[in-house]
Amino acid sequence: MAKGANNTYFGDILEGITSLWEGLKVTFRHFIDARKKRPAIGVEDASYFNYDVGVVTTEYPKEAIPVPDNGRYRLHNEIDDCIVCDLCAKICPVNCIEIEAVKSTEEIGKTSDGTTKRLYAAKFDIDMAKCCYCGLCTTVCPTECLTMTKTYDYSEYDISNMIYHFTNLTPEEAEERKKLYEESIRLKELEREKQKAAKAAATEASTEEAKAEGEKKEVKKAPFKPVIKAPSQPSATTEESKTEASAGAVKKPVIKPVIKSKTQAAEGEDKKEEAEESKPAAKPKPVIKPVIKPRTVTNETSEPDSKSQEVTPKPKPIIKPVIKAKKEENTEEGSKEKSEDASAEQPKPKPVIKPVIKPRIPKKDSE
Amino acid sequence: MVIFLIFLVFILAYALFAVYAERKVAAFMQDRYGPMEVGHYGLAQTIADILKLFIKEDIVPAKADKPLFKMAPVIIFTSVFAGFAALPIGPDIIGSGINLGVFYLMTIISLDVIGLLMAGWGSNNKYSLYGALRGVAQVLSYEVPLSLCILAVVMVSQTLDLTKIGLQQGIYLQSLAEYADWENYLFGIKALGINITEAGGFLTWNIFRMPLFMISFVIFFIASLAECNRAPFDIPEAESELVAGFHTEYSGFRFAILFLGEYALMLLVAFLGVILFLGSWNTPFPNIGPVKLAEWTSGAPGTIAGTAWGTFWLLFKVACWILIQMAARWTYPRLRIDQLLYLSWKVLTPAALIIVFIAGVWRLLMI
Repeated sequence: MAKGANNTYFGDILEGITSLWEGLKVTFRHFIDARKKRPAIGVEDASYFNYDVGVVTTEYPKEAIPVPDNGRYRLHNEIDDCIVCDLCAKICPVNCIEIEAVKSTEEIGKTSDGTTKRLYAAKFDIDMAKCCYCGLCTTVCPTECLTMTKTYDYSEYDISNMIYHFTNLTPEEAEERKKLYEESIRLKELEREKQKAAKAAATEASTEEAKAEGEKKEVKKAPFKPVIKAPSQPSATTEESKTEASAGAVKKPVIKPVIKSKTQAAEGEDKKEEAEESKPAAKPKPVIKPVIKPRTVTNETSEPDSKSQEVTPKPKPIIKPVIKAKKEENTEEGSKEKSEDASAEQPKPKPVIKPVIKPRIPKKDSE
Repeated sequence: MVIFLIFLVFILAYALFAVYAERKVAAFMQDRYGPMEVGHYGLAQTIADILKLFIKEDIVPAKADKPLFKMAPVIIFTSVFAGFAALPIGPDIIGSGINLGVFYLMTIISLDVIGLLMAGWGSNNKYSLYGALRGVAQVLSYEVPLSLCILAVVMVSQTLDLTKIGLQQGIYLQSLAEYADWENYLFGIKALGINITEAGGFLTWNIFRMPLFMISFVIFFIASLAECNRAPFDIPEAESELVAGFHTEYSGFRFAILFLGEYALMLLVAFLGVILFLGSWNTPFPNIGPVKLAEWTSGAPGTIAGTAWGTFWLLFKVACWILIQMAARWTYPRLRIDQLLYLSWKVLTPAALIIVFIAGVWRLLMI
């Protein structure tokens, strides 16, 4: 009987009785089904959907639904495999990882994947109270020593207990290492000055360079940086090389600078030169890229922010640059007739948006 | 005196068990476990709750009418407890075998509302007063159908003595000299010629001696729920609207007493309902020819077997009744005040009146 179908006195009573009876049947069915119980299984279990009746409670401390293998919960750092590269601390969006590295006077050892360790972690603290469980730190970790575990129940009465200390050095040991390194630096300085004095007359330059290189290796991840610097940035300053910690980060900026250089160069230099460059650039872009690279270096040093962003989108996709050129030309009051023609041939507004996003990321890295 | 002690201990033990059962029934109907931690399967949960109530501070609001406030729980519990004096828990066990047992119980059940009004008024709290006023309106309204249902039974039974009403519904009817020449006929109709005095069992229960008492039984059940202020008629408490209604301001031991009174009243109406409609202490199994089920599961009045079986059957039926009271609470939503009064005055009361009339005629068919 439909609800309210019979809106008379006895119809209401009849409807009331039937619906009350139905209600009792529902609750008694659940009462009987309460003999059964849903086991603590996860959705990955094949029988997960078979338990559609019965008690659904999971008596948590006594039983727990298993966590998926890729669950993202408490962080753990296997400090023996950690090279203290600081990547995790840099990428952390909430700054919950604090690392204090101490340089070593010699190679400390190898991680389980064969990477050489040259830094001690005087401090490697993760504040799990701040952690947002994004997992970015685990993805950037080069040695995969920083992982997310399945432990999710680790509440504390004192919030300071939420800071997890992963370093294997006591503060005294860390202080000792620090002094040891400073001492070794001081000794080398002395030695170098002695050698300078001794070889002042003879072959000075060659020995000095060799020593300087030796020092750099000890201090930082020497192998990566020198390789990059040599080919791509002949005129690059030492500051740039320091900021670019990883090889991957360095590569990305290289592509972008190509674009930037065009625009920047055009702006900074005479308009005639710009027009000449832009014309060839728009049509045969892939060919141009190698040529552009050296220019990027100059751009970065000069640091043109706002203009560089606008310009950058153009070079990435071959088609896109053509469009961008139009806009720029319009704003700059068309000094480039040829570029306008190219734009008329290819009216694709959508691709313009994409390139804008890409340049931003590399800038952040460099910054 | 013995009965007094038995009932006092029994009510206290029952209240502990009933609260536990109530929570378990609620949990099972909602696919939960309910209390699980204190004791095996949560059995000691109520004891822990009571202990907590005992050690809580006894708070009396500063602006409360202190004599009324302090006396209300006492009146509620003592009035309910006094009702047990007239209840037979077996053919031979009764506190006070008064001739007016039914009448006495009706007054006792109504007396509860005075304590309720005192609690609500004395608290000097708007929620409490609302709850008390609603409670009075509700109890007075449902007094009418309740009394009419009882009246119909009394008309058929020709007595106000609860022991005699119980005796009439079993195979030992003729053991009392007064009823030596009484016979029970199927459905109470002598014209059918089927004498079931020897068969007994459920066939001689009042709801079968006069089949319309099935409806009367349901009306009594509904009205008794309202008298107890039980859901779905718990608008005097209405925790979602009135905080806790008339006992908002009570805490600690006084609250425990109010709680005890509420559960004791549940028990009282369950006893009364079972005695009036469900064969009192008599077995539900009839004698079928040579298979003397009724005689095997009950004993003659005056014997130990009779007392033991009688007590067992009575308590068993009362337990089932209370279970259904609980099921109703966790199945049905609370009625609005207008729906509540509509149900009482326009549905239950007319139906009860008609049954009273028919019962008077039916009595003529029985003799």
